[in-house]
Amino acid sequence: MRGGFEMQPLTHHEGIVVPMDRGNIDTDALLPKQYLKSLESRGFGTFLLDDERYLDPGELDTTPASRRENPQCVLNMPVYRRASVVLARANFGCGSSREHAVWALRDFGIRVLIAPSFGDIFFTNCFNNGLLPIRLPQSVIGHFFAQCRQSHGVTASVDVARRELTLGDTHLVFDLDVGRQRNLLQGLDNIGESLALTPTIRAYETARQLSEPWVFR
Amino acid sequence: MTSLTLYDKLWNSHRVADMTDGSSLLYIDLHLLHEVTSPQAFSNLRRAGRLPWRSRSGIATPDHNVPTAGRDLGLAGFIDPLARRQVAALEKNCADFSVPIFPLDDLRQGIVHVIGSEQGLTLPGMTVACGDSHTTTNGALAILALSAGSSEVEHVLATQTLRTRKLKNMAVEVDGLFAPGVGAKDLALHLIGRIGTAGGIGHAIEFRGTTVDAMSMEARMTLCNMSIEAGARIGVIGYDALTEAYVHGRPFVPTSKMWELANARTEDLRVAAGVVRGRHVHSRIKQALVIPGSGLVKLQAEREGLDEVFLNAGFEWREPGCSMCLGMNPDRLQPGERCASTTNRSFEGRQGRGGRTHLMSPAMAAAAAIAGALVDARGV
Repeated sequence: MRGGFEMQPLTHHEGIVVPMDRGNIDTDALLPKQYLKSLESRGFGTFLLDDERYLDPGELDTTPASRRENPQCVLNMPVYRRASVVLARANFGCGSSREHAVWALRDFGIRVLIAPSFGDIFFTNCFNNGLLPIRLPQSVIGHFFAQCRQSHGVTASVDVARRELTLGDTHLVFDLDVGRQRNLLQGLDNIGESLALTPTIRAYETARQLSEPWVFR
Repeated sequence: MTSLTLYDKLWNSHRVADMTDGSSLLYIDLHLLHEVTSPQAFSNLRRAGRLPWRSRSGIATPDHNVPTAGRDLGLAGFIDPLARRQVAALEKNCADFSVPIFPLDDLRQGIVHVIGSEQGLTLPGMTVACGDSHTTTNGALAILALSAGSSEVEHVLATQTLRTRKLKNMAVEVDGLFAPGVGAKDLALHLIGRIGTAGGIGHAIEFRGTTVDAMSMEARMTLCNMSIEAGARIGVIGYDALTEAYVHGRPFVPTSKMWELANARTEDLRVAAGVVRGRHVHSRIKQALVIPGSGLVKLQAEREGLDEVFLNAGFEWREPGCSMCLGMNPDRLQPGERCASTTNRSFEGRQGRGGRTHLMSPAMAAAAAIAGALVDARGV
């Protein structure tokens, strides 16, 4: 639990793969700025990839049903409306630190992301919300995109405990450090775990107050 | 023998504990907050019945969605009710949790990456966290400046630590002197062109070399500000005599006396004013905006008469904030419009849906305004 929200554990997942075939999909694209005026951390799913997904501009209080969808956007293709796995190119989630981008993916229903690389802040934000970003070599990603082109609605399945991914005809083991793996499997509360070290933090702080008093105004 | 980098040393001196998951807890000396990435963190604290570990380590300011006009009206001057609500929420959260704030009407209000160093709140050897990817700006002062998501903002508030993993080191060494008309922003954009927008992923960049040594502190901040645009979550520059001189005498520096506004980060404005002085914005230009980084930068520029230079040239002289850097406030592009921008991100739609951003130095942006086209500032 974090801040009273249950972080959903991720043990196994199977779902439709939505291909987003371009590099450097930034967090501005995933969730444009106007939605950052929300005070909540829920309710962003309908705004995921907003500029591309709708032909008309939207605001936080725009009724989703009133908007004109862009039929060219993958998220509007019927088969991908229930997608829960994103396949993307390099540097996915680069740019702004806005965790709202991860909340938008999560609220849309995404649990797993596959790309050659991710923006560093975004990568951390994913784990803090129970989403699994998987880094794989370019060649594998290229093969996955080819499969998605051949047949829409390819599914992927992930076993977090075994670190196994099956996508179409490919079965592989991916990298995931044991700590992050444990957090995903158990839905752990980072803050609670860190606060368990309160005496250690206090001891550090006391020593720092003595050695570097100028830090403490 | 292995020698340690500045990043390694800052990491080691702030490492509180190593966690079993491979991350470490780093002690956070100063926590910068703004209205956009903090509300969820404060809400979660409330929900969990937690209090900030050390409220006084925080400093908040509204900057991301504040209007740059009509500010004498305070919150009533906001034409966007959602932005007003968010700034009001920041004020309430800071009051409820005793977090210091430079509010909307405070002369010290400004861009969250500007106010810390300007006030002497962010000092060499510190760790600074902020829920903003351009926190790297503070790295210019030999600070480990950590960009955070909202969950991490909450973690810092609750535990005074950030749970993070050690990055690899990357040195960017630049030697030689800038030719006239070339500056830090040009260098940063060139570097990103060389290593790519993902070139710095997983790395802390240390900028060094004779070029960096000779750069002003403002220029070093511009360089570190752009680290994230090369993919690096950390950008840092070593401590030297310039760092010492920059910090000396600022308000929050211990043993400081009254601080004269001698060098309040107005360098960029001086450069741009030098280009536009005695000239006029081209008739093709729809709007030419000057947004100072903080209330104190604005005041200093006005003392130097720079506001008159801009106003006489046909620019608008606005109030401080992030403004078109991310387009959350009313300043933004309409579809089809282009902007010669001194900001740091040219992502599609960032300055307004359907608009296009051309990133450039203050000199280049000023020259574009005068010429009515993108031109080489060295020829203007």
